[in-house]
Amino acid sequence: MIISVASGKGGTGKTTVSTNLAYSVQDATILDCDVEAPNAHLFLKPVIKDVVKAHVTIPKVDEKICNLCKKCMDICQFSAIAVIGKSLLVFPELCHSCMGCFEVCPEDALIKDKRLIGSVESGKSEDLNFIKGILKTGESMSPPLIKRVREHQRKKVNIIDAPPGTSCPVIASMTGADFVLMVTEPTPFGMHDLKLAVEAVKLLNIPYGIVINRSGKGDNEVNKYAEKENIPVLMEIPFDRKIAELYSNGEILAKEPVWKRKFKDLFNKISKLAEKEAAI
Amino acid sequence: MKELVVLSGKGGTGKTSITASLSYFAEDKVLCDADVDASNLHLLLNPDIIERYEFEGGKEASILEEDCTRCGICIDLCKFGAIKDFRIDPILCEGCSVCFNFCPDDAIDFETKVCGEWFMSNTRFGRLVHARLGIAEENSGKLVTKVRSAAREYAKNNNIELIITDGPPGTGCPVIASMSNASLILLVTEPTVSGHHDFLRIADLAEHFKIPHLLCVNKFDLNIDKTLEIENEAKKRGIPVLNRIPFDPIFTDAMVEQKTVVEFAPNSSILEELKRLYDEIFSSVNEIKNKKIELIKLEEK
Repeated sequence: MIISVASGKGGTGKTTVSTNLAYSVQDATILDCDVEAPNAHLFLKPVIKDVVKAHVTIPKVDEKICNLCKKCMDICQFSAIAVIGKSLLVFPELCHSCMGCFEVCPEDALIKDKRLIGSVESGKSEDLNFIKGILKTGESMSPPLIKRVREHQRKKVNIIDAPPGTSCPVIASMTGADFVLMVTEPTPFGMHDLKLAVEAVKLLNIPYGIVINRSGKGDNEVNKYAEKENIPVLMEIPFDRKIAELYSNGEILAKEPVWKRKFKDLFNKISKLAEKEAAI
Repeated sequence: MKELVVLSGKGGTGKTSITASLSYFAEDKVLCDADVDASNLHLLLNPDIIERYEFEGGKEASILEEDCTRCGICIDLCKFGAIKDFRIDPILCEGCSVCFNFCPDDAIDFETKVCGEWFMSNTRFGRLVHARLGIAEENSGKLVTKVRSAAREYAKNNNIELIITDGPPGTGCPVIASMSNASLILLVTEPTVSGHHDFLRIADLAEHFKIPHLLCVNKFDLNIDKTLEIENEAKKRGIPVLNRIPFDPIFTDAMVEQKTVVEFAPNSSILEELKRLYDEIFSSVNEIKNKKIELIKLEEK
């Protein structure tokens, strides 16, 4: 089973929910797909056993063979290849690795080269499998790295800590999931971005539910919306300065048995909803 | 013209609330919301949209069923796994044109698509340029560049010297597009392990692109030790540390009323703290401008 924890708005508590959920379930794998700003390790403090560099394929020109026909430049939709004067230039950071240039080159003048975009770390936090992607500073393309992180998904329970927003990195962290858990806060910002996230999940046709974090502060609009749209509210975490302080120090809430039970309940509710959907 | 961009790495540290408060104090400015993915500034500014533009990002392929002979070449060539059962999944398609170029039966269309909208609006704080990227779309970086250049153009045509830009979370594509050529970056963080970690990531990025940046720790009294840790790290890196802002639920109360905290609670101490922050930032903006002028003079010599 794959549970993707997403939110729309940043800072609503995705990492709190995903780390505590993973901590409370047996044999889970947590995959930190917020590769631009990964934080799950700060709470789970894993022992990292393996670091693998992640590369993408880019073209490199063999100048002895290239006759500057420009076919590669014409096919490239990302302006990653330009012919200027008597030389062919590749702009590696614009390349999407679609391989169109290799396919179209009539002279076989392009050689496969690779570009580093980040790394994938794997290890263990107690009996929890821990995977994290980390994007290289200055690198803009996160979806290929997220895909690399997700190659580590296992048969049992996978919990994905997704990035905020609703664009391509979020989609890359949600596709193929059995359930999307949306973490929001009861504020106008939380409400606005939750609606966007719901639209994204609907597009992907994945069952979903909501966790309301910092409940009790703000307004009641998220609850009203959930009721109207018939979206299950699976858990509420109260607005509590103590919880915020625990978080600030990188503590896992579920180390307290009361919270562990709540997160286990959350997992059971998710399993039932995901199964029900799968049966339909 | 100067552009201040507010960034954080981690989401939810208070970028938008602080941006809105700064714009309350600034007299003559253009506001720009560069969080095109999940924009929120408009929720505090209640904008009147006066101009609306479609945003065309990239192109998208689609298979013409009646011409398709199901040869499977497109499926083999697509590196994004976007073609299943001879249908192209618009969510997975990256618009690379490979299927379109290699289809032997010309059964694939490849058309420009509208993938968002951007707006020119009037607000009680002046002009706001903002946008809405379509759900599950790519090209957020291009749309960020679009709104920022529209804000600059408006400022230039109206002799406005300052742009305040609310940036997106993260450190990737839209963030890089938000910071290129900015005059100054305000990094807003919070005293948590995540806030600390992501502050270092975003500070690295600002350094990488050589853009001057300042630090403000928001919610500082949530964890004084972490606040000091972050500020010391900043000082070591030569990043100026600005006035701290306390953890105050009044920010949420103001948001519920769709107001900036300075309008919502004009008599609270938070107003003074934010005003101090504003003054410190804008003395820095002027300093940086002067330094740039000095540099140019040196080069001329």
